[in-house]
Amino acid sequence: MRDVAVIGIGCTKFGEHWERSFRDLFVEAGAKALEDAQLSGEQIDAMYVGNMSAGRFIEQEHIGALIADYAGMASRHIPSTRVEAACASGGLAFRQAVISVASGMEDIVVAAGVEKMTDVEPGASTDALAGAADREWEGFVGATFPGLYAMIATDYMHKYGMTREQLAHVAVKNHYNGARNPIAQFPNEITLDTVLKSTMVAEPLRLFDCSPITDGAAAVIVAPLDRAREFTDTPITVLATAQASDTITLHDRRDISTLDASVAAGARAFAMAKLEHKDIDMVEVHDCFSIAEICAIEDLGFCKKGTAGKFTADGETALGGKIPVNTSGGLKACGHPVGATGIKQVCEIVQQLRGEAGKRQIDGAKIGMTHNVGGTGATVAVHILGRL
Amino acid sequence: MSVARFWRKIPQRYNLIGTRCETCGNHFFPPRTFCPDCRRAGKIVDHKFAGSGTVVTYTVIQTAPDQFASPGPYVLAIIKLDEGPQMTSQIICDPKEAKIGMRVKSVFRKIATDGESGIIHYGTKFVPVE
Repeated sequence: MRDVAVIGIGCTKFGEHWERSFRDLFVEAGAKALEDAQLSGEQIDAMYVGNMSAGRFIEQEHIGALIADYAGMASRHIPSTRVEAACASGGLAFRQAVISVASGMEDIVVAAGVEKMTDVEPGASTDALAGAADREWEGFVGATFPGLYAMIATDYMHKYGMTREQLAHVAVKNHYNGARNPIAQFPNEITLDTVLKSTMVAEPLRLFDCSPITDGAAAVIVAPLDRAREFTDTPITVLATAQASDTITLHDRRDISTLDASVAAGARAFAMAKLEHKDIDMVEVHDCFSIAEICAIEDLGFCKKGTAGKFTADGETALGGKIPVNTSGGLKACGHPVGATGIKQVCEIVQQLRGEAGKRQIDGAKIGMTHNVGGTGATVAVHILGRL
Repeated sequence: MSVARFWRKIPQRYNLIGTRCETCGNHFFPPRTFCPDCRRAGKIVDHKFAGSGTVVTYTVIQTAPDQFASPGPYVLAIIKLDEGPQMTSQIICDPKEAKIGMRVKSVFRKIATDGESGIIHYGTKFVPVE
């Protein structure tokens, strides 16, 4: 198996792009990534595209070919593959690109993610997202996505006594980081009061516990490590790629407030990279809801089960804390165009490792991790990246 | 939801009929036709659940999708049936009364409507047991 490196990254601004189409977004992200790697389109061997639900959001399927076509690749007939795993689609697209290069089958590969969510009214986008859970045995009886994560929060708070205020610190911290990220959908700082006085969505989760509906695209380019310096002075090595699955329904899990797929993918990633938690300088986790970040940092092993609320309130996950979490602003403040999120997480870690993260830079960052979840934890992708 | 897709689930939704593996004794709801533990050695038969269980966790949905919205806020819960399996459903009660560990039993109720001219979905909800 060959070592793989990220040689280029590109991201659109995340937000409500009323004036721009699905195609505009991925073309912009792809062009930025090519420019970053100083590549021309003729050098691309293949593409993997993470997209959850263009069929529901813009009534368009067959995204792999569409993207290759509008990226100007139609006449070269390169293989282009759509990857879908709900909100983990981007993480899996990245993993497929890495596996393809590692195998020796392809050399220069684009991993992209895109979602255009604001072309339908909010009820329709919420219903499309509910397809990430079990439609027949969760959605049918009235389980919304916030409702499922709210049941995780109820279970967690009952078992471990985390306070509502501790949970709110997740959103406050992520907005602080988002205010330092030029692509963030919500580049504004908030207070605990903002969260605690926001509209109740599904008890105990309020509006500011929830990630938003977002349009956006992100792309990265991977290549064999031994060729990476042809394209960049700062190749970022993929030290581990891991993926795990679990029951599609929340109610069938071993433990409601532990994502066993996160535990499994995290452990596999650490084993593959031969690294320990103390080696990780920062992690991008899947905070689709504030409670999801609490579970993630525990399930990945950065703190003990039941302690993440205090850990967060104490500032250990903030910039300058013991393990900075979601320096990009996370899904909450940077935004969550579902198929693009897993790729954006990789872009953020690459920026940090190159020392290009501006006001949210972690000094001397050498190794970072990404954690991308599909549904309520039925799919998880974890990657570890390092600057060697 | 198409009529056929709804129709074929009626035994499970109207009567809580799942399955049981006679080899290991585990119960399944929704029904499984293949035992994950015994695999090909499993012998699967139908099982009608008694319908009583305990609330494992819950939430009160305040912002509801249109098809569920008419009754206002509703309690969504994961219920552990006495035979073992867990399922997601609604609890018909004052949201303030919902709590972890409360005993509930199944009832047959309207779940949702597909707009003004679509089919009406019926299924299982739960009510508190005194």
